[in-house]
Amino acid sequence: MIPELGHFALIVALCIACVQASVPLLGAQRGDATWMALAQPAAQGQLVFVAIAFGCLAWAFVSNDFSVLNVAANSNSHLPLRYRFAATWGSHEGSLLLWVLMLNVWMTAVSVFSRHLPGAMVARILSVMAIISIGFLLFLLFTSNPFERLLPPAVDGRDLNPLLQDPGMVIHPPMLYMGYVGFSVAFAFAIAALIGGQLDAAWARWSRPWTTMAWAFLTVGIALGSGWAYYVLGWGGWWFWDPVENASFMPWLVGTALIHSLAVTEKRGGFKIWTALLAILAFSLSLLGTFLVRSGVLTSVHAFATDPRRGIFILAFLAVVIGASLALFAWRAPKVGLGGAFALVSRETALLVNNVLLVVAAGVVLLGTLFPLFHEVLGYGKLSVGLPWFEIGFPVVMAPAVLLMGIGPLMRWKEGKLPDLTLLLRWAFGLAMVSAVLVPVLMGRWSVLVALGILLAIWVVAAGFVNLKDRVAHLRASTGASPGTVLRRLPRGYWGMLVAHFGVGVFIVGVTLVRGYEVEKDVRMDPGDTVTAGGYQFRLEGLKQVQGPNYEATRGIVSVTKNERPVTTLYPEKRFFTVQEMPMTYAAIDTSLTRDLYVSLGEALPDGAWVVRVYHKPFVDWIWGGAFLMALGGVIAVTDRRYRLARREDRSLVADSAAAGAQGTG
Amino acid sequence: MKARHKRLALIAATLAALGGAAALILNAFQSNLVFFFSPSQVAAHEAPQGRSFRIGGLVQPGSVQRQTDGVSVRFVVTDTAHEIAVVYTGILPDLFKEGRGVVAQGQLGPDGVFRANDVLAKHDANYMPPEAADAVEKAKRAAATSQKTLIDPHKR
Repeated sequence: MIPELGHFALIVALCIACVQASVPLLGAQRGDATWMALAQPAAQGQLVFVAIAFGCLAWAFVSNDFSVLNVAANSNSHLPLRYRFAATWGSHEGSLLLWVLMLNVWMTAVSVFSRHLPGAMVARILSVMAIISIGFLLFLLFTSNPFERLLPPAVDGRDLNPLLQDPGMVIHPPMLYMGYVGFSVAFAFAIAALIGGQLDAAWARWSRPWTTMAWAFLTVGIALGSGWAYYVLGWGGWWFWDPVENASFMPWLVGTALIHSLAVTEKRGGFKIWTALLAILAFSLSLLGTFLVRSGVLTSVHAFATDPRRGIFILAFLAVVIGASLALFAWRAPKVGLGGAFALVSRETALLVNNVLLVVAAGVVLLGTLFPLFHEVLGYGKLSVGLPWFEIGFPVVMAPAVLLMGIGPLMRWKEGKLPDLTLLLRWAFGLAMVSAVLVPVLMGRWSVLVALGILLAIWVVAAGFVNLKDRVAHLRASTGASPGTVLRRLPRGYWGMLVAHFGVGVFIVGVTLVRGYEVEKDVRMDPGDTVTAGGYQFRLEGLKQVQGPNYEATRGIVSVTKNERPVTTLYPEKRFFTVQEMPMTYAAIDTSLTRDLYVSLGEALPDGAWVVRVYHKPFVDWIWGGAFLMALGGVIAVTDRRYRLARREDRSLVADSAAAGAQGTG
Repeated sequence: MKARHKRLALIAATLAALGGAAALILNAFQSNLVFFFSPSQVAAHEAPQGRSFRIGGLVQPGSVQRQTDGVSVRFVVTDTAHEIAVVYTGILPDLFKEGRGVVAQGQLGPDGVFRANDVLAKHDANYMPPEAADAVEKAKRAAATSQKTLIDPHKR
C-alpha cells in the first residue's frame, strides 16, 4: 500500500508541476497578479508530495519491503539501518527521486525567501524550475519508477553494492545533489531575467546568494566524494579524473566562474550577457553530468543497469532545455546593454581573465571526458584519454588564474594602477619566493613542481593578508575607528572571499606536498615482517578473522613506530560480502595535520603471507581542508548583510553601485 | 590608415597566437590518447610498439602466477580466440578473478609480453568491462565467419 501511495504522490506532484510551469508564467506575461501568485503555493505543494513519495520509498527500504523491485535489488535484511535508509538513493531510480526532492527543496526555498522580489520575477523563476521538475518527474514515472512491484516478492534482497555501504553514502549524494541541482536556481533566475528583459544589477544581486550557496554545497559534495574514494576504494588516490568525477567537476568550474562574473554584474553592471550565459552553461553541465552518470554511457560505481530508453530520454531533455535556453539567450541577449567601460588594468579585467581561464579549464576536462564517447559513437573504436592530459593540462591552465587571484582582489574597479600594486604586493611575492625555495629543501628533496606549487599557495595566502591589512588601513584612515571596530565592520562578503581564497592556498599545499613526497609501497609481508615508509616502521603483528553484520573479514594488525617509539596501531580489513559474493578492501588510516599513514590489505598468498600496501601521505588532508574552507567562505559570503537588506535596493541601486565602486577601491 | 594597420596587425598576431595554442593543445591531446586493442588485434600485430595502449578480455582460468617476490604477477588475457601474456607488479583490484573480464593498460614488450602498469576491474561483481566484452564479442564473430568459410584459424 505504502509504495502505491508514493507512486500516486509522484503523479500528483507532476500535475502540480504542470500548473506551476504554465499559469504563473502566463500570468507574468499578462500582468495578472492572481495567476502569478499561484507560483508559491504550487511550489510548496509540490515539495509536500515529492517528500511524501521520497518518504514512502525510504519506508519501503527501512521496513525491508522486498515486494518492491527497487528494494529487493538494492537492500538486504542484514544491512544496518543507516545503510538501508541511504540505499533509498543507492539505485538509479532512488537517486533520481533524490534529485527531484532536492530541486523541490530549492524551489520552496526560493518561494519562501524571495518575497521582496517583483511578483513577475518570482513567478517566472518558479515556472522555469517547475519545467525542469516536470522533465525529471516524467523521467521517473515513465522510465525509472522506483515503486515498481516484484511479484512474487523476494525472500530477501540482493544487498547494496558493498562500496556504497559507508557513512560517505549517507552524506555524499545529498550534498552533491544540493549543489548540482542548486545551479537550477541560478539558471531559472537567468532565464526569468531574459524573458522579462531585466538583466541588470538587481538580478545579479538576487541571484548571487543562491548561486554561492549551491556552489558551496557542490564543493562539499565533491570533496566528500573524493575523500570517500580515498579510503574506501583502497587505492589511496584522491582524484582519478574519472568521467563521473569530471561530470561533477565541470559544473563546479563554470559555477566558480559564474560567482565571479556575478560580482562584476552586481557591483558594476558589467558582463551581464556573459553572466547569463554562464548560468545557462553551469546548469547545462549539471544536466550533462546527470546524463553521463545516469544513462549508463559511462560505467563506474555510479552507473546502474542500463536501459537505452533512459539515456535517450535524458539526452532529449538535455537537448530541449539547453537548446531552448540558448535560443532564448540568442533572441534576448542582444537587447541587453553593455556595462560600464573599464581599463585594461582593472578588477574587471582580472575577473574576465579569471572567467576565461576557468571556462578553458572546464573545456579541457570536457574534451577529455566526451572525446572517447564521440569516438566510439562515430564507430572509430574504443579509446581513453590518458591521465597526463588532465594532470598537466589542468594545472597549466589554472596556475595563471591562481597568480591572478593574489592581484585581482587588490585591484580597483574601472581603472587600477600597476605601480601601486607592485608596491603593495612585493612582500607577499618575496615571502612566496623564499618559501618556494625553502620548503622543498626542508622536505628533503628539491623539485621544481613542488617549488611552483608552494610559490602559488603562499602567494595566494600572503596576498590575502596584504589585502586585509590594506583595507583596514584605508578604513581607519577614513573613519578613525580602532582596528577591532574596523575588522568587525568589514562586510561578510569580503570575509567570505578571503576565507575561500585562503582555502585555495591550503588546497594547493596539500596537492603539492602529497604529489611531491608521498611514499607508496606494495610489499609481501609475513606476520612479524616490518616495512619502512616515510620514516615510519610498519610491522604486521598478525591477522584475525572478524564477523560483520553482512560480511566476513580478515583483519590485519599493523603496529606503527617511528624511531622506536610507538605511534599507533592500524587495523586494515579485507571484507567479503556474502550476499553479493564481493570482496572489498577497507584501508586503515591514521590521520594527523601533517601526514596520513595508510595501510590496506591486498591479497592473501598461498603460504599465509599477504600483499600489503603501505602509504605515507604528507599533508594529504589539507586537500579536503582547503575544499571545506572554500565552501565555508561561500557560506560566510551568503550571510552578508546586504542580501538581507535587499528590499530597499531597487531605488538606491544607482547610488549603491557607485558606493560599491568606491568601496572596492578601499 | 596607421591605426587601422596597427589593429590589423594586432588581430593577426592574436589569431596566430590562438592558432599556435590550439595546435599545441591538439597535439598534446593526440599524444595522450590511449587506444584499445583486443588480444586478436595484438596477435595480428595491429598494436603499436613503444606506446601505451589498453587490452581487454577474460583472465584465462589457471593462468595467474605469483612471482617469488609475492608482488609481481603474471597472467594471460584471452578473447577466446587469441591470448596475450601480461605481467604486472602491484596489488590487483578486488574484483580481479580468473575467468572474469579485465582491462589492462601498458606497453607491449619486444618479447610479446604485455607490461601493464594499470589493471582495471570494475566496481560490480556482475559487471564486465565494456572493452573486455567487446573483445570477446568480436573474437566470437570472427570465429563464426571463419567457420562459414571452413577455415579454422587455430589450424593454420
